[in-house]
Amino acid sequence: MEIRWDIFLIIAGSALVTFIPRVLPLMVLSRMNIPDWGMRWLHYVPIAVMAALIGQELLVKGNNLTPIMSNLELFAALPTFLVAIFTRSLMGTVVVGILSMMLLRYFF
Amino acid sequence: MPKELLLKTGKLNKDEDSFVQGIKDCVPTLLGYLSIGFAAGVVEKTAGLSIVEIAMLSLLLYAGSAQFIAAGMLAAQASVTAIIFTIFFVNLRHLLLSAALSPYFKHLPPLRNMLIGSLLTDESFGVAINQAVGKTSLSEKWMHGLNVTAYLNWFLANMAGAYFGHWIENPEQFGLDFALSAMFIGLLVLQMASRNQLLRDTLVAVAAVVIGVGISLISSGSVGIIVATIGAATIGMVIEKWK
Repeated sequence: MEIRWDIFLIIAGSALVTFIPRVLPLMVLSRMNIPDWGMRWLHYVPIAVMAALIGQELLVKGNNLTPIMSNLELFAALPTFLVAIFTRSLMGTVVVGILSMMLLRYFF
Repeated sequence: MPKELLLKTGKLNKDEDSFVQGIKDCVPTLLGYLSIGFAAGVVEKTAGLSIVEIAMLSLLLYAGSAQFIAAGMLAAQASVTAIIFTIFFVNLRHLLLSAALSPYFKHLPPLRNMLIGSLLTDESFGVAINQAVGKTSLSEKWMHGLNVTAYLNWFLANMAGAYFGHWIENPEQFGLDFALSAMFIGLLVLQMASRNQLLRDTLVAVAAVVIGVGISLISSGSVGIIVATIGAATIGMVIEKWK
């Protein structure tokens, strides 16, 4: 069989340590009445986590800031943001993002 | 609420909350994860994993960045413990996503919430939390439609990458790698547009970017995401309280 023992351990172990944080809050917190401040805090999690992910995708390579003038991702993000703001279409945003990146890579 | 209106909203919810609608709402995110999943399949194959191992990895671990890291660390011959520990940290942010979704699934018993959480990703979270705006609960069927579609798409993308990866020399030239960033941008903008508190949300978003980037420069990207989320959400909570 094509599954090595140590690879199996890695897959099973990492699946388990990923599964637990995924399910635990949904299983436990949904049984509790979260206090008001907790709800307010959770209310900001979606904005915070999406913004943090975008920041990293656009600005960081490895452990360094991507230099602004050679950062094609940042330039592609401009039309992408505009389309998102004005069309409110997720599909449109993704398509324009890909096209912008393709054009930028083609010309620069 | 008058009975008539309840019936009306009930009828409205029935279509909006179906499994099929969950599948439809997943569609805009498919392209982003298709390209990342394909790349993951290529990297995993290059790291020396067999097709069966790649299938297991994508089905059991089911997490983009973690799979890249697993492949990279395997290629660098890191120890089993080191890989598992790193992945634990990289995926710890799910704790926050799962917590933020929990108020919308109060109507379900724990085991059914376990099924929902087991397929939770950044994108299914983003789509779900947008769907939740103005609601007190989310539909279980709708969430499964969303989750299962994303899951199958991810598995197929990994397999395609493992099989056909060597045929495509430079997938980046098609701009496909940017699909994921574009999807996060779309999800953030949609979320902010629906919340009616643009100033506070913008402050939180800027804080998250600054903290996240700052921490990634001195530590790792996954620590950056976690610290930025906790820090920026706290800032939002405090500002809201002061007002």
